[in-house]
Amino acid sequence: MDKDAGSLNKKVEDFLQVFRKGEEFTQELLRENEKLRYRLAQHEEVSKFSGREGDFKLHTMEERLRFLEDENKNLLDRYRQVEEENKDFASRYIEVEAENNNLANLYVASYQLHSTLDFNESLKIILEIVMNLIGAEEFSIMMLDESTNELSIVAQEGMGPEAHENIKIGEGVIGDVVKNGEAFYREGDPTDLSGVDYSHPLVCIPLKIKEHVIGAIVIYKLLIQKTQFSNMDFELFSMLAGHAATALFSSKLYSQSERKLSTIQSFLDLLKEK
Amino acid sequence: MPEYNFLVVEDSPTMRQLITFALKRIPGSKVIEANDGIDALKKLSTQKFDIILTDINMPIMDGLKLVSMVRNDPVHKAIPIIIITTEGADEDRKRGLALGANAYIAKPIQTADLLSVVNQIISGRSA
Repeated sequence: MDKDAGSLNKKVEDFLQVFRKGEEFTQELLRENEKLRYRLAQHEEVSKFSGREGDFKLHTMEERLRFLEDENKNLLDRYRQVEEENKDFASRYIEVEAENNNLANLYVASYQLHSTLDFNESLKIILEIVMNLIGAEEFSIMMLDESTNELSIVAQEGMGPEAHENIKIGEGVIGDVVKNGEAFYREGDPTDLSGVDYSHPLVCIPLKIKEHVIGAIVIYKLLIQKTQFSNMDFELFSMLAGHAATALFSSKLYSQSERKLSTIQSFLDLLKEK
Repeated sequence: MPEYNFLVVEDSPTMRQLITFALKRIPGSKVIEANDGIDALKKLSTQKFDIILTDINMPIMDGLKLVSMVRNDPVHKAIPIIIITTEGADEDRKRGLALGANAYIAKPIQTADLLSVVNQIISGRSA
């Protein structure tokens, strides 16, 4: 009986041993579980935080991209605007250059016209201007004789002898121009060279001092390379109408006064001798 | 800044002044004027020129004779020559270029065209 009781105690002891071990194991599992929970929570926290940071970074990048895209668009717009302005400046530069050249031509022409008081030299300068600056091949300068009311050629370039006839004021195109004081420009192609007609010039410019007409510049034919009149030519015609007239008139008066002065001087010398 | 010496040979004072006006717009330019071919040859014998610009129809010695003499002169034959003339026909142009002119401009001149030709010659020489 004691033997049975001792065996039972041993079995109970063994069972308790197993049970304690089971308890320890369970305790250990619980601790491990706690640790894992903690780590999981930690991990979740980290991943939660890093997700927020990623979102933040992405958002910032997107904003930056939008800003750069806007800036790029603005730069492109500005570039186009500057390009337009550049084109505008270029065309304005060309206009200013052309205007500058025109002014240089006008300056040189008027400077030369008023550079002499010699009548023949004035005529020569007008011929040079009409030939070199306008590009005329056949043309003449006619002066009005107020005592006979007739126009006669005082200088010409390239014209045939049949043109050397006097024209009465009011007669034909040239006579009309001198009578009315209005410039004449023939309609149609100025390079139409089907026979030069000396009664129908291409251009006839009255030489006027205010409203007083003293003669005319008459152009019949242009140089082969001159295909049309430019704005500059019309400016030159207008300048010649006034400045050439003044230059011719003043040089004529000067030569007359020189002659008179020499006659008076001769008289004075004669009187002195007496 | 480089210097360029131009010799303008032209009997018309108006054209001389106009061409000089245009050339003076080139930085470093110096312009000497001559009335005709003989006057030009005299000036060539005393000074160095980078470009000669000459008319054709001139008294005493015309521009074509001048071109021919310059091209046959061992000292001056390399100087570029531009003819500026009222003779605008093709045969005149060919004759001028055949004699040795580098460029041929028919009057009435456009300043921009003249400067473009001169600048081309200048850049060709400096290249």
